[in-house]
Order: sequence, then C-alpha cells, then structure tokens
Amino acid sequence: MIAVLRAELRKLRRPTLSLPTLLAASGLTALSTALLYLLIDSPNGNGREGMQVTAKRLSAPDGLVFGFQSAATLLGVIALCVFAAQTAQEYTYGTLRNILVRQPSRMKVLGGKYFAMSLFALLMVAVSALVSFGLAFALAGGAKVSTSLWTSPDGRQATLNALVNVTVATIGFGTCGMILGLLLRSPISSIAIGVIWILIVENLLTAVVNGIDKYLPGQLLTAVSTGGSISFNGAEVISYKYALAGSGLYVISGAILVSVLFKRRDVAN
Amino acid sequence: MTSAVSVKDLTKTYGDQVAVSHATFEVPHGSICGFVGPNGSGKTTTIRMLLGLISPTGGTGTVLGSPISEPENYLPRVGALIEGPAFYPALSGRENLNVLATLGNFPKNRVDQLLETVGLGNRANSKFKTYSLGMKQRLGIAAALLPDPQLLILDEPTNGLDPSGIHEVRTLLGDLALSGTTVFVSSHLLSEIEMICDSLVMLREGKVIFSGATQELLAAQQPLIIARPENSRDLEALGQVVETLQKTFKVVDGALEIKAPTQWAATLNRAAFESGITLAELQTQLPTLEETFFDMTEGGS
Repeated sequence: MIAVLRAELRKLRRPTLSLPTLLAASGLTALSTALLYLLIDSPNGNGREGMQVTAKRLSAPDGLVFGFQSAATLLGVIALCVFAAQTAQEYTYGTLRNILVRQPSRMKVLGGKYFAMSLFALLMVAVSALVSFGLAFALAGGAKVSTSLWTSPDGRQATLNALVNVTVATIGFGTCGMILGLLLRSPISSIAIGVIWILIVENLLTAVVNGIDKYLPGQLLTAVSTGGSISFNGAEVISYKYALAGSGLYVISGAILVSVLFKRRDVAN
Repeated sequence: MTSAVSVKDLTKTYGDQVAVSHATFEVPHGSICGFVGPNGSGKTTTIRMLLGLISPTGGTGTVLGSPISEPENYLPRVGALIEGPAFYPALSGRENLNVLATLGNFPKNRVDQLLETVGLGNRANSKFKTYSLGMKQRLGIAAALLPDPQLLILDEPTNGLDPSGIHEVRTLLGDLALSGTTVFVSSHLLSEIEMICDSLVMLREGKVIFSGATQELLAAQQPLIIARPENSRDLEALGQVVETLQKTFKVVDGALEIKAPTQWAATLNRAAFESGITLAELQTQLPTLEETFFDMTEGGS
C-alpha cells in the first residue's frame, strides 16, 4: 500500500494539479476571512448566509477560526473534485490496468490512493488555514477585533479543534468524491453530480423542507467542520456528535459499497 | 519443462455472449508465441484474464507456475502492454514510468535505461500528450519491460510504429527470447508473427483453433504447386493433364496453381513431358501464415 501511496503522490504533486488546487483553496479561504473583517459593520452581514459576526464575537478565543470555518464547505467541494477526478481518470485514461498489473491487490490500490489523496487534502487545509489565520491577524486591528484571546490556551484549543474538524470534513467530502468516481467511472459526471448535489440540491432541500439538513451528507459534513451547526438565534440545529455519526454512516457505507464493487468488477477498459 | 502459460477450458461469458470459450493452450518457456485471431475473437479478454484484470467464468490456468486466481504471485515477474499504451497525459514519459516503477518497487535507474532502449531518451521530459502514436507505443513497451520480466505479454506492440520501429521491436523481442524471456504477443501483422514466433495460438470466435509450433501449422497446410508452360498455347493442354491426374487447378497469370503435396510436382513434370509440354516454371510454395490464417478463420479449420 505504501508503494501505491507514493505513486499516487507523484501524480498529485504535478504542478498543473497541485498549484491551481492550493491557490483556489487558499484564495477562497482568504476571501471568506477578508469579508468577515472588511464587512464587519455591514447591515447585510459579514458571515455565512448573511449572519452578523460582531467584533466582540470575533475577539473571543475561537474568533480566529471563523473565516477559515466559513470556507470549509468550499474546501470540501474542492476535495470532492480532486478525489473524484483522480479516481475516475484511471478508468478514462485506461491507466487502471497498468496499476493493477503492478499491484494486483485491489484493496491496497484503493487504500493507497485514498491515503495519498487524504494527505493532499490535509496539505490543502493546512495551507488554507495558514492564509486565513495570517489574514485574520493582519485585518483584526482595522476591524477593532482584539486578538489577545486567540493565543490563550482556550484559543489554541479552539484553533486545534477547528483544524481537526475542517480536515475531517474535507476528507469526508473527498471520500464522497472518490465514491462517485468509482461508481460513475467518469471525472466529468462524478464532479458534476457531486458539486450540483452539495451546492444546489442540498441547499434547495434545506430551504424548502424543514429539518431535512439532519439527513443530508453535505449538510452533516458542513456541521462537522464547524463543530455542529447553529441557527441565527444561536440554538443548536445539528449537534457535533450527531453530525459526525450521521456523515460517518454515509461515508463508511458508501466506501464499503464501492470497495466491494471495485474488488469484484472486471477491468475491461 | 513446464509452460510459462498454461490454460485449460478458460471461459468468459457476459450474459449470453461468449467472449472466450473453453480455451486450452500452452505457451512454452523461452519461446516467442504469437496470439492471433480476427477482431473480437477474444484475444484481449484472454490476456486480461491472464493478468488478473477479468475473472474467468470457468476453466483454470497457470502463469509462471502460479494459478491465475493468484495474480499477486506472478505479476511482479510479468510485463504487459494491453490494448495500446495508457498513460497520464499531463505527466512526462519519464514521470509516467516513475509512477509505475514506484508502484512495482523497481529501481529508478531502470527508467532511464529503458527510455534509451526504446529510443525516447531525448523526449523523456516531454508530456505524454505531446507524443506521436509511435512514441506512445514505445513508452508502453518500456513500461512492460520495467520488471525485467520472465514473461512479456504484448497486445499489438507494433501499432503505430514505422517500418524501422517494427524492425526494432522484432529485434528486441528476439533478444529477449534469447535471454530466456517468454514473449506472448498478439498482432495483426501476420508476416511479423510468422517471422518471429516459434509457436502460435490461433483464436476464432472465442475458441482456440490451433495451438502449437508455427512450422507445424504451416507444414500441415497443402502447398501450392505453380506450373507455367514454356508456350502459353499449351496452358489448356496442361490443364487437361492435371485433370487426368485427378487434381483441380486455377489459372493465375498464365500459370496453373494446383493444391497438392510437394512430391506431386515430379508427377506433373513427368506427365507434362510425356504430353509434349515443356514447363518453363515449376515451383512449390508453402502457404504463408496470412493465407493459413484466412483459411482457418474464414472457412473451416
């Protein structure tokens, strides 16, 4: 499996994939963080879905991670695209047969690819976090946000929690992409279906069916990234534990299904 | 000596469609064995079953002494080019080989060595998508040679190659066979197969219709005797002589073509002389593999 992981990292590190992906991820996180501070007095809100995040709130120990967590779903969508493309392209290029001749154990191939892509997702989250945190410190003064509690023990714990949660959610989104890639065996179809589902279908369903977000994988993963989701009035909508268990159930059952398919399916292209 | 590849009753069906039906054949160790058959006859499906990519519906087989149900036991010693070269377009030729070398834990210096062997040394850093068909094919052959294989399975290795490239591949395969590598090669270039292969497996509609030495197959075919009279006006009379000897003939370019054993040429020569006909040309021709192939795959076996 280590050999598959190293081989997959060789493919992932190619500049045409790694640079644009890291730039897109850090760019989106930077945008989300910058808007939080630059629009702090805007009556239209400065947070996700028009939420008003005040300077007082941002000065709390977990204030540093607000911008970073706001971009978590977008980081997840990027991971979904990368995982789906990297998996499905083996079918469209016909390279899966080369891989399986050199490593006949299909579970090792799947595991190696998965861990390599997860490492890539981890790098993407880390770079985005650095950009977001750097920008937050740089813009805090102008927005009259105190940064003193960000580096306190509580602040450091909140930052660590956010990093773990966003990483787990991003890899969860990526796993959904890999599942789609293995099912559909086409990068375009798997990316299109994944992105449309997460960004459009789930949001529409959430808007029209009360409480359905508790059953949608994308909403659950977003709740994982923020340590649970809360409504405008501060009431808990989806608890962190529920989000973790619910999204885990989706991701693990999907992964088991496609693993069985991948192991049994003939490689005929 | 055991065979490098041995299959018995190997079968693959997709629903009602039979891709390979009860294929039984052997590929001797150290030989160059040709694998021929019309399009859709089951060659690639058979090769994929040997490489563990497709599960057989029935039958058994061994590759390098291990059952085909345990490909992990023999694939590290097998090189393969299946249905044309498949690589990552955005990676260079060298990086594509590096990916496969990493996967198989092969030494990295082998990559550069093989790029030189297949004549891609000066284009090793160019992206695969910029390669010509011939260059892609050469990279595919290099990838197949990465494990320094005991068995090399090549599906149409000369596709897209120019005549000098085909000659190079022929020489390369000959050298590999001399060093003890078994080569199992499918190709539509039957003249090439005839030239380099000492054994042959022939498929038609998923069934093996011949498996054995190439010479054995060709020798079993009826030779063609070509008889040309010195005087073209004697052609009809010569035809009557042939009919008297209870043989049929075809007139082609002012000569008679008769399917008969080689030694029958002397009988014809004698009979023509006794009838006052002088022969300007009398020769026997063994059918080529291509002629044999068409006889066997289009007509009955």
